[in-house]
Amino acid sequence: MTPMEYVVEAENLQKTFGAFTAVDGISFRARRGECFGILGPNGAGKTSTIRMIYGFSPLSGGSLHVLGEDVTRRRTLRKVKYRIGVCQQDNNLDPELSVLQNLEVFASYFDLAAPQAAERALALLQFIALENRKDTPIPELSGGLMRRLVLARALINEPDLLILDEPTTGLDPQSRHQLWERLEGLRARGISILLTTHYMEEAARLCDRLIIMDHGRILVEGRPQDLIRDHAGKDIIEVGDPGEELRAFVRDRGLRHDDLGHRILIYCDERDQLYREVSEHYCRDGCILRTATLEDVFLKLTGRELRE
Amino acid sequence: MNVPPGLRISHRFLRVWRRNVQVYRKTWRVSFLPPLLEPLLYILAFGYGLSTLVGDVAWRGEAVPYVAFIAPALLCIAMMYNAFFETTYGSFVRMYYQKTFDAMLATPLFLEDIIAGEIVWGATKAVIATAIMQVILTLFGLIRYPEGLLILPLSFIAGFAFASIGMVFTAVVKHIDLFNLPIFLFVTPMFLFGGTFFPLETLPAWAQVVAWCLPLTHLVELARAVGFGRLEPALLWHLLYLVVFSVLFFPLALVKMRTRLIK
Repeated sequence: MTPMEYVVEAENLQKTFGAFTAVDGISFRARRGECFGILGPNGAGKTSTIRMIYGFSPLSGGSLHVLGEDVTRRRTLRKVKYRIGVCQQDNNLDPELSVLQNLEVFASYFDLAAPQAAERALALLQFIALENRKDTPIPELSGGLMRRLVLARALINEPDLLILDEPTTGLDPQSRHQLWERLEGLRARGISILLTTHYMEEAARLCDRLIIMDHGRILVEGRPQDLIRDHAGKDIIEVGDPGEELRAFVRDRGLRHDDLGHRILIYCDERDQLYREVSEHYCRDGCILRTATLEDVFLKLTGRELRE
Repeated sequence: MNVPPGLRISHRFLRVWRRNVQVYRKTWRVSFLPPLLEPLLYILAFGYGLSTLVGDVAWRGEAVPYVAFIAPALLCIAMMYNAFFETTYGSFVRMYYQKTFDAMLATPLFLEDIIAGEIVWGATKAVIATAIMQVILTLFGLIRYPEGLLILPLSFIAGFAFASIGMVFTAVVKHIDLFNLPIFLFVTPMFLFGGTFFPLETLPAWAQVVAWCLPLTHLVELARAVGFGRLEPALLWHLLYLVVFSVLFFPLALVKMRTRLIK
């Protein structure tokens, strides 16, 4: 096994802030060329994890290799920093510079000479369809455009690993799909991606493999479709305002289910027959049959209580 | 040499400096105005208005016209203000509101490169302002040459010192309004009592001791001697003070910033 088979190797990774443990000894490996997702509710430890990976936060414990290099050592960390592109959660574009200047100045941090920086910046503006706005001041951009520019900025050094911390949080559906299309384009080119998100649709669409975290620990790891099959089954029957008869029916049959009080979710693999039965006899306030999604897995594993 | 990692700076600090130059160049027409107009206003108000009341001032046993007396001090005040305000308000806005440092930290830059770049930029602003003001004061015949040429390198040394301590405050204040405190307790007293607008000897002995603890007093002493062309070896002590001041506060700024930002 060559060291570069994995772009990220975390071994018993820990991050504590005083008495608070944000990341509680997690281990995972992200392969080269895949899109690896870190999912979890607010405060699960996603951002703390990703910040250690791009060298922003020092480790509290464990070991961490990125692109085969030990990031706890300053010299190798600098090498890693040259080869990764980071899309942070905030739109921290430079408001004192124009669109194009934002990319060019960032390129200079990666030691790119001015002509090369200008060339790449223009190519990236084309990639994110912003080439007509290159002299626009940043405050005049919409949230979606800013986000696309942050992505372009993260690509200025042609990184081997692209790190995205909640890239579509706060975007409208149009902007989100725009960004997804571009990320899919990058994936097709074989770039390795590490992504945190709490949008399950995003994770299911983009990630080859993912982990779901909560309270600083990893709950599950796997491919999205495998996780859905293993934890939620194929289909789900959702029944609104369930009566006692339905509850008794579910219990007698030993069906896997979640009782939310005003709503019952029944996980099933033999959909049609069971659905007919439920909808004919026990359906008072609407019931639907749908495919199980990653969101079902997520809620099942991390619970339905509100966070923060 | 075994420098602790938190004090290691690479040549990349120049990229941060260049980023600030690039932003400055966008607004240079406006940025040029204060150092251009300020000395004119001061000379008008203090020099011509006040000097009719004050007359000449005794400096090193010589009677010096009041305008000539305050001219080097005006340069020193500009050095202090430009450097100090750049690494307090300027850096704080970049760090806290614009998150510019966070973005930079996701590149090959380390925090020490960023902070060093900011401090050197603060010193550079002191040099720019001094140069512009010096042109005006020279036109009034208030600076002697060739000794006066030393004022520019001096403005960098002084700017570096004030930018360093400014950055220490930036690293520790919770909110931008709290800069009022160091300005009220540190900068304004120096502005008034650092031998700027009247000779130190007119102060009571204890106040003179306090004044000599502060950097601006030493800077004014240096600049005035240079401006009047009165160089002597004893001035090196004042220079040494400014250098030691930087040697203390520059590393402190790096350490405090690391404590603040790296979590």
